[in-house]
Amino acid sequence: MSIFEYNGSALVAMVGKNCFAIASDRRLGVQLQTIATDFQRISKIHDKLFIGLSGLATDAQTLYETNTITSGYQRLVFRHKLYQLREERDMKPETFASLVSAILYEKRFGPYFCQPVIAGLGDEDKPFICTMDSIGAKELAKDFVVAGTASESLYGACESMFKPDMEADELFETISQALLSSVDRDCLSGWGGHVYVVTPTEVKERILKGRMD
Amino acid sequence: MVQKIQLLTPNIGVVYSGMGPDFRVLVRKSRKQAEQYHRLYKEPIPVTQLVREIAAVMQEFTQSGGVRPFGVSLLVAGFDDKGPQLFQVDPSGSYFSWKASAMGKNVSNAKTFLEKRYTDDMELDDAVHTAILTLKEGFEGQISGKNIEIGIIGSDKKFRVLTPAEIDDYLGEVE
Repeated sequence: MSIFEYNGSALVAMVGKNCFAIASDRRLGVQLQTIATDFQRISKIHDKLFIGLSGLATDAQTLYETNTITSGYQRLVFRHKLYQLREERDMKPETFASLVSAILYEKRFGPYFCQPVIAGLGDEDKPFICTMDSIGAKELAKDFVVAGTASESLYGACESMFKPDMEADELFETISQALLSSVDRDCLSGWGGHVYVVTPTEVKERILKGRMD
Repeated sequence: MVQKIQLLTPNIGVVYSGMGPDFRVLVRKSRKQAEQYHRLYKEPIPVTQLVREIAAVMQEFTQSGGVRPFGVSLLVAGFDDKGPQLFQVDPSGSYFSWKASAMGKNVSNAKTFLEKRYTDDMELDDAVHTAILTLKEGFEGQISGKNIEIGIIGSDKKFRVLTPAEIDDYLGEVE
């Protein structure tokens, strides 16, 4: 069994009209045994930029963990804060994706076992989504990106449910349905969902209840 | 050919007043910084960031043991998301943002001249003319395309050093 599937995860991001949504499941397991049902895989970098880290939970946390300078230089929030301080501006999603890619590739021969999903609003609030593999090879998409143990069923669900240029409300409905129906087909992810819908003016965070088994 | 005007990145150029060898060291360090930034973020380094990095190096050389300060002042010109920018960096490590500036021999005269001639709405051609006239003020001997250098950058964001032939064309227009 792959180390990417040790804890189980489902991540998806979708682009709408001047907005985007990013969602994940809430399960943390050790193989088939569920440990927690309120696990966070999506984190906010700034008001218009989110990152979800699928794969091995310990590495996801290590990669993200907030500003503890003690244990190293390459924590995403920490790196973003340094950037803000230096350049007096927030990072563009494209720039942040390149940064994450560079951080992952630094560990080319002993990687973090994570596949990130990055979603944000860039210049003039243009939505941007991307995913990459554990060594930082970027994959850009116009419509949706998926990652985690449920990625195969997510591809199917998104492929059939996604429509271009959805408004925020419809986008929320679509991404939630896609997530919930996908995790039902995957033993390692589920236990509800966590959805962020981001528009230029507001961030809506919602917890979903699904099949809680 | 040895040139006083050098490119740091495709959209940032630099010129110096002072010691040539020191300048070349700084150019090498600055290009490396710019390249590192580009490798990390996959986007060109903003002018302010590069200037800050250069200034930090120059400051460090005023305080470190076994080294002497750089014997140069720099004018760094670039065009990025924030528009066209001009900076002066001194050996102390302090840096200033200018709309127009001069360095080296005859600074004060040149700056007085620029204060009179500079306007906010100048086109690139006007700016080149003004630069030539300013240079002429304190020039010993006859200016030609072979003994001055001019670097330009417009909204195409490509810094370019004019060829002697192009400079001669501008000189013809000035006269």
